[in-house]
Amino acid sequence: MGDYGVFDIIGPVMVGPSSSHTAGAARLGEMARSLCGGKISEVTFELHGSFAQTYQGHGTDKALLAGIIGLRPADERLPRSFELADQLGLRYRFVPADLGSVHPNTVRFLIVTEAGEHYSITGSSVGGGNVVITDINGIPVSFTGESPIIVTRHKDTPGVISNITALLYNERVNIGNMRVNRHKTSGTADMYLELDKEIDPSVLEKIRALPDMENVLELRCQPDEF
Amino acid sequence: MIEASAKGVLAACDERDISIGECTLREECERSGKSRERLLARMEEMLFAMRASVRPGLSEPLRSTSGLTGGDAFRYHRYCQDGEPLCGPVIASAAAMALSVSEYNAAMGRIVACPTAGSCGIVPAALLSVGEQRGKSDGELVMALFTASGVGELIAQNATIAGAQGGCQAECGSASAMAAAALVELMGGSPRQAFHAAAMSIKTVLGLVCDPVGGLVEIPCIKRNASGVANAILCADLALGGVESYIPFDDTVSAMDKVGRAMPAALRETALGGLAATEAGQRLAQKIKK
Repeated sequence: MGDYGVFDIIGPVMVGPSSSHTAGAARLGEMARSLCGGKISEVTFELHGSFAQTYQGHGTDKALLAGIIGLRPADERLPRSFELADQLGLRYRFVPADLGSVHPNTVRFLIVTEAGEHYSITGSSVGGGNVVITDINGIPVSFTGESPIIVTRHKDTPGVISNITALLYNERVNIGNMRVNRHKTSGTADMYLELDKEIDPSVLEKIRALPDMENVLELRCQPDEF
Repeated sequence: MIEASAKGVLAACDERDISIGECTLREECERSGKSRERLLARMEEMLFAMRASVRPGLSEPLRSTSGLTGGDAFRYHRYCQDGEPLCGPVIASAAAMALSVSEYNAAMGRIVACPTAGSCGIVPAALLSVGEQRGKSDGELVMALFTASGVGELIAQNATIAGAQGGCQAECGSASAMAAAALVELMGGSPRQAFHAAAMSIKTVLGLVCDPVGGLVEIPCIKRNASGVANAILCADLALGGVESYIPFDDTVSAMDKVGRAMPAALRETALGGLAATEAGQRLAQKIKK
């Protein structure tokens, strides 16, 4: 038995027709955009399962692209996202794909930013407009938008993790969940941190400036609707 | 919802001599830590968004994004204005509104999920049509939305509001129950009468399957919104007239939960059974794939 509030029953205000295939898809696009820092020049949407089967009828394609260009799920311009993306000069394509044993409503975003960085982000729309990002650049994660996360890529060497956690400790930010993956061939490791609260951008800059850091991504929670 | 059952909500209403809507609002203040004013203002935004979602489909024929459906709200609305619909003015205008909101949803319009996008036409149509015909204020409609929400929370907590889990009884059935209870309180009925109306609405659609053609929220969802609001108005009227449900609300919800669990996957939003699997349903699904 879950705990439901008034606006879990009445709401959200959303562009139809489906909370999972439209509203959830728009949120996934929005989260992928925010992970890449917002400046995107090219996206390939790999659509899996039910997303691949019914994406045109549900407007899943329009919703995903709307999120990528920064529209919220209730934005009435969402059905015109193709036109708006064209105006921005964004290149995009939709490809049905088999992403393996994942949730039926899953998409993988293959993104190229204006700075030329490549990102691979996978997420699923799990019902009622709720979503979860499950993979960022090959690192398994579980980001639902409720707690902020940080994903780092760094040299696989002693001290890196303690430097990061020390910085967070100084800010009195508690870590709720963490995972480290090492890549033996490249000598690098990835770390996924789920935090109890959002950190100041200056702390993020301090983490970026630490020795042996290659890349730091951050995902903030969605702004509260009211 | 802090109270876990209609029985608990009724006891709380009796103790403080308040409505289900008021009880739901007070519990939400406690649960969320947000002020009464803020919650009322937020619900008013929902009401305004609902009102905006009713109009487009009545003023012009809408076409769904898939191209499969559309235009019925406009067609039926014009018939109602030109003649005397058999349903009478209240149900006829509500049915036209429910079709309209659902068509707008299928056309990628901006709607309020209530409780879901598939059943988004029922509660707005019930409240806005009765509200208009009986001269109810926005303040009264906002309180009725809290009633609807309280009933929906109890269903979500004790059964489900997802078609993929419980079939259409969980979506359009829940919306009907929410609308029926809200109408009873809007018209001055007691919390007890409101739960009787909600129980009766669920009873009439118990076991209803979720079988969307091509997996899209169109056939039969749009028309089930029209019948869902008619069901809600009838059950509200029965309850206001003193008719009671022999099976109380909590038992009805528990039955809905068990029936949903016993339902085969083919009848839970997979588009593999029911109307979706008929010859015509398959043909229509093929048409949109081209």
